[in-house]
Amino acid sequence: MKPADPISSDYSQPGVPGMVRDWGADKQAFDMPWGKLMMWIFLLSDTFIFSIFLTGYMNVRLSATDPWPPTSEVFALTLGGVYLPLVLIAIMTFILITSSGTMAMAVNYAYRGDRRRTVILMAATAVLGASFVGLQAFEWSKLIHEGVRPWGNPWGAAQFGSAFFMITGFHGLHVSAGVIYLAIIARKVARGDYEKKGYAIVEITGLYWHFVDLVWVFIFAFFYLW
Amino acid sequence: MSDTAGEQHPIGIYLKIWLLLFILSACSYMVDYFAVQSYLRWTLIITFMLLKAGLIVAIFMHFQWERLALKYTLLLPTLAILVLISLMMIEGDYTFATRHAFFDRG
Repeated sequence: MKPADPISSDYSQPGVPGMVRDWGADKQAFDMPWGKLMMWIFLLSDTFIFSIFLTGYMNVRLSATDPWPPTSEVFALTLGGVYLPLVLIAIMTFILITSSGTMAMAVNYAYRGDRRRTVILMAATAVLGASFVGLQAFEWSKLIHEGVRPWGNPWGAAQFGSAFFMITGFHGLHVSAGVIYLAIIARKVARGDYEKKGYAIVEITGLYWHFVDLVWVFIFAFFYLW
Repeated sequence: MSDTAGEQHPIGIYLKIWLLLFILSACSYMVDYFAVQSYLRWTLIITFMLLKAGLIVAIFMHFQWERLALKYTLLLPTLAILVLISLMMIEGDYTFATRHAFFDRG
């Protein structure tokens, strides 16, 4: 091997010196297709959006003088005669985690060139995502029926409604967009559109989908469990 | 480009992480089910949340196999969020105190 050239890099040097070389060398800084980098940057900006929502929620909850509605009871259901607190949200969480699992496997099969399994797993991910949105629609209509509005609710602090609709609504919008995105890409994979270009696109779609799951982890912890 | 991290991993790792995420979600649900309260509740919720988030980002999003150049690009800006959270906590407490002092006297 020739000695390391200070102004070129093959993305093989590990650690901080490798990072300095990636940035400093006369070539692109990131070892990935531009689409994947752009998805990461987009997700970073989306992280800020959801963080601001959750921080805003924290702020209104801290400053509310009325008691905060008991989420455990608000989102409880009686299934088969058994009262289960927060059960709807638990089911939605399991659905979203499962969809993330199928998506991760779809990415793996895509890089192996197994188109059939990739399409099946992506379709499964989309179906799970759609059922998540369905359950969310059910949750919304139940709460609206019980009198929750962005400006008030029967159980306590008025800020509950606006935080709830804003945060879960924006997340639901992300899931819905993800389902459409997945369906489009799965169809193109099935058609063989990426045989020449390679299957980084499945990984990019996967990044978006996992991010939607990631956001839900935080919403679940801070909005529903806190 | 060596951007083929995905194909080097056996499917098993995703199933294991999936199972772990299931268990962690079940644990955080149990916190609510058994109505654990106060500091123990918040500690457990945050612990399970961070573990889940870490697993999703590190394994499912392949973050741990990315180069440091990307890791720092994505992680350093998020520190700004911590600043926002601290400021808004102070602000929230202040608003609460002010509301108590001026609105609750009637």
